[in-house]
Amino acid sequence: MTVPMQQTPGPDAARRVAGLAPDTRTPTRADERGQPGWYRIGKRLLGYAVLVFFAAMFILPFAMALANSFKSRAEVAASPLTLIPDEPTLRAYEAMTQTAIPRWTLNSIIVTIMVTLGRLFLDSLAGYALSRLDFPGRRAIFALVVGVLAIPPIVLAIPRYLILGQLGMLDTYGGLILPLAVDAFGIFLMKTFFDSIPREMEEAARIDGASIFQTYWRIILPLAAPGLIALTILSFQASWNEFLHPLIAAPSNPDLRTLPVGLATLRGFGGENLDFPLLLGASLLITIPVAIIFFTFQRYFVQGVAASGVKG
Amino acid sequence: MNSLRARFSTNETLAGWTFALPALIGIAVFLILPIAFTFWISFTDWNGLSPPEQAEYVGMQNYRDLLTDPGVQRIDFATGIRNNLYYVLGVVPAQTTIAFALAVIVNQKFLRGRGFFRTAYYFPSITSSIAISIVFLFLFQRSGVINRLISVLLPGDVRLNWLDNADGIIHNILGWVGVDSAPAALADNDFMGLSLWQWLSGPSVTLFSIMILVTWTTIGTMMLIFLAGLQNIPPDVEEAGVVDGTSALQRFWYITVPLMKSPLFFVLTIGLISTWQVFDQIFVISSGGPQKTTLTPAFLVYREGFRNFSMGRATAIAFLLFLLIIVLTIIQRRIIKPERA
Repeated sequence: MTVPMQQTPGPDAARRVAGLAPDTRTPTRADERGQPGWYRIGKRLLGYAVLVFFAAMFILPFAMALANSFKSRAEVAASPLTLIPDEPTLRAYEAMTQTAIPRWTLNSIIVTIMVTLGRLFLDSLAGYALSRLDFPGRRAIFALVVGVLAIPPIVLAIPRYLILGQLGMLDTYGGLILPLAVDAFGIFLMKTFFDSIPREMEEAARIDGASIFQTYWRIILPLAAPGLIALTILSFQASWNEFLHPLIAAPSNPDLRTLPVGLATLRGFGGENLDFPLLLGASLLITIPVAIIFFTFQRYFVQGVAASGVKG
Repeated sequence: MNSLRARFSTNETLAGWTFALPALIGIAVFLILPIAFTFWISFTDWNGLSPPEQAEYVGMQNYRDLLTDPGVQRIDFATGIRNNLYYVLGVVPAQTTIAFALAVIVNQKFLRGRGFFRTAYYFPSITSSIAISIVFLFLFQRSGVINRLISVLLPGDVRLNWLDNADGIIHNILGWVGVDSAPAALADNDFMGLSLWQWLSGPSVTLFSIMILVTWTTIGTMMLIFLAGLQNIPPDVEEAGVVDGTSALQRFWYITVPLMKSPLFFVLTIGLISTWQVFDQIFVISSGGPQKTTLTPAFLVYREGFRNFSMGRATAIAFLLFLLIIVLTIIQRRIIKPERA
């Protein structure tokens, strides 16, 4: 379908895209033969200048948020630029315990874990069936999955609200979790991943008398571990950051807000007279779990670039 | 039990459907069924609170309110389309070109620390849109970081109003060259309830700030896609160009760019699709204001449905938006023909 999507099969492909394999493209003198010395130095300087400028653009906002969350409100207003607070204070973080932030964090953890487990289960089973099992209707199901991928979330907002209302699931954890646990992209990801696993192993197992489910459970799932890890991480990130669905699925119970929804309500309508140290601190709290996972499993994010891209 | 087990292990049809069924039920219940339901809702006056069976059938009225009947609904919808159009025209080219340029630079063999830069650029893409919006709210406030930085560069104490400023950017630029009010031809003619002068306002300063924010957040993702494409180009192609005595610029235009058609198409498509759905950032930063200049169709869906309890109208907007996205994607597919897509 597209270049990055074709990269998904196999951990090696992901490694290659992420550039984690030993870099064989070391700079050679031959590449730069015939270029004068000043030219080589000049183009390096220019290259690094651009790279460092953009790195600062992407990192500084987070550094600013961190620094200002440890300042008093007066200091934030007077000198927002300084990266080291004059009088560091934990006031913002202490104030957070007086808000509903702990409750929202708990909700976010519950929803994220359940959505991720649900996706692992549903997507790997369906992905395996679509990749390996030959049954009538398979092509139709796959076409359906790909078609559903194209429906924008905002178009789904009201339909989901309607159906959750009909099922009596508005303002319940079930309503927050179930619609997100069904995820066409995960099925697509797992199918392409299973496609990349050689068939020989499972054929041997089947000849030895293992059932389809045994083959799936004992042979295929362990081989698919890298794909499952990628799916776990992408699901974690997507459901942790999800805003629209929890906003509409729990419209009248503030106790069921997740962190992003809660944070958006904290912002409220205060104009510019906001408690910025607290808001910035809370924004960083939302960011930390995803950041830890990102820096630990960076290469898996690359597999999901397509997914995060679609979500904007 | 034994016979069941034997049947299970041999009958791929049964196993296939059993494996796919949980996900299929989910797709049916939470995706297909609701969409069908909602299509019907868009022809009713359902308020979202009473049972939907009691909603009154109103035919095409919701669609007429948005497209043909003069009134505030049509003006709001047209305003939303205008705002989002400027937003798309700004964000998509900016994110695509900056991401492409960065990918090309990061991919240069003579530069070190590529892993670090790639990570730094990509990081904003994986963080919460709400958290990022709050950080930008802080940076762009009147006494905030951005204004202080501008004050350092320009003479005087700059206190630009970024986040509550309805002035259209094109209107502002025209104002600098002395065009303060609309020429009669533009003021007197209108389309969908907005005068041509209003259509040509450009994005408001507030919307422009949100455009900067979103471009900043999405560059990393787009860059990774381009980087994957660049690393797929076999080195011999480039070397052949070197042997033929081409300049680096020629190689870039005649070898790299044509080979990058497929990722370029992908980036433009996801850019176009996601920019027409901008919602989270609008919700946090401006809620459609000031003076409706950050109203977008996606935000209108939410406002009409969940604040004004007019679900019929909200779903009609959602369907029109969906239609628009599909049509634009098809047109784009025609213009840039990738080899495989």
